Amino acid sequence: MKNISAIFLKQMKDTLKNKMVLIQFVMFPVLAVIMQNAVKPEGMPEHFFAKLFAVMFVAMAPLSSMAAIISEEKEKNTLRVLIMSSVKSAEYLIGIGIYVFVMSMFGTAVFAILGGYRGADLAMFIALICTGILLSGLTGAVIGVFSKNQMASSSLSVPVSLVFSLLPMLSMFNEKIKDIARMTYSQQISELINGIGNSDITSESIVVISVNFLIAAVLFILIYKRKGLE
Amino acid sequence: MSKAITGINIVKEYGGRKVLDGIDLDIDRREIFGLLGPSGAGKTTLIKILTGQIVQDGGTAFINGKNTSRLMGEDRRRFGIAMDDFGIYERLSCFDNLKLFARLYGIGNAEITSVLKKVGLSDAAKTPAGKLSKGMTGRLKLARAFMTDPDVLFLDEPTNGLDPVSANEIHKIILAEKERGKTIFLTTHTMTEAEKLCGSIALLNEGKIVERGSPKDICRRYDHQRMLKIHLADGSDIELPYNTDSAARLSEFIGKGLAETIHTSEPDLETVFMELTGKELSA
Repeated sequence: MKNISAIFLKQMKDTLKNKMVLIQFVMFPVLAVIMQNAVKPEGMPEHFFAKLFAVMFVAMAPLSSMAAIISEEKEKNTLRVLIMSSVKSAEYLIGIGIYVFVMSMFGTAVFAILGGYRGADLAMFIALICTGILLSGLTGAVIGVFSKNQMASSSLSVPVSLVFSLLPMLSMFNEKIKDIARMTYSQQISELINGIGNSDITSESIVVISVNFLIAAVLFILIYKRKGLE
Repeated sequence: MSKAITGINIVKEYGGRKVLDGIDLDIDRREIFGLLGPSGAGKTTLIKILTGQIVQDGGTAFINGKNTSRLMGEDRRRFGIAMDDFGIYERLSCFDNLKLFARLYGIGNAEITSVLKKVGLSDAAKTPAGKLSKGMTGRLKLARAFMTDPDVLFLDEPTNGLDPVSANEIHKIILAEKERGKTIFLTTHTMTEAEKLCGSIALLNEGKIVERGSPKDICRRYDHQRMLKIHLADGSDIELPYNTDSAARLSEFIGKGLAETIHTSEPDLETVFMELTGKELSA
């Protein structure tokens, strides 16, 4: 617990000076606030931008930041120093994971306020966002562990996070894209968020999200076993 | 009390090539041991084995009496490592860099302040580590190695790439730690550093120790010429064989005030290394 908390506190301290990571957590909540207040065309669904950017945020911020943090530590050889100081790989990953989760929750609070969620709807919104953060964080960890350095990491995390974050938006305009997007957790979370208060969770959503989680977990285990954290 | 560091027939291979080939070591407590060799000789690999970062393919290594392939958390606290390629958190201040490790080790802020003072970084405590000069970065790495007040310190090329003034500051810190009773395992390819700091050294070439002993003893052992070189007041130099026959002439030079300087013909470590391996130490 002591080691996990040390890693978490180090990362929090680093946040304000790490523009690469900070921008991931700030960009979408700020965009949502601006767009929701500035763009109000007739016929647009209520809280459209809050819901749209919440999904993009969940698909992109935890994934990119997790991958960036792990790969930077690998590239700069600080991770090895931590391991030499008796920090176990699992403790490091949990410490970073908690940090990414906490930072993502700040953004989530902004989206929850903008979305006007209350009571059970708020609980459902937060539960869906947390599921998304967990899946994106795990995918980011897969990329971070797989990549040798920051360059390799961003060359993977940028396209992967773009796919997961943009598919739900693109699927609004094209049915074929929607058919593909339905196989991703971000699309399912997007549909569930849009259905809050109107429809129940479908078995399709549960299956797709579970399968996505399983794939990410198996990939993580395989890559971690092969490459380790260093 | 057991030896600080022991290595028995250590072997390490990478891709079928032996980078360490039968290394034996016995390093006493409270001494500065220098491992000298050119780049690629296997110095860093040996440090990694002795500190449990990698496991050797053959042989056994012990630190503070503990097998290095089975080191636990408490064992690791008893040695500090400052390796050239170990990173620092560039965006964090010097203090915050050490604070992370203080939290990991359960150490208070007073110790951080004390360690920063020891390495002369008190004034830079709030400076982001990425803005430090190379010499100051080296001192921050030393500070991190000192955090747990360990018995044994491993310093991998601690003055690599530093100017003479910065290198001298690090030498002073190392010698002060020796005075405090620490055992220091130092790798270097600088013979003057080894001669200045180390009580005993080993010369490593292509994974094998080719010579060991105190720097002076090694140089004396390879003094094949056994000559005395005398610089006279008139500017000329003469050489005399280092034997009893020369005693009378030497006495005459000194007695008449003709001799300005007298040197023996011992080679330096660089020359010894060259004789043993055909390579330059600083290559």
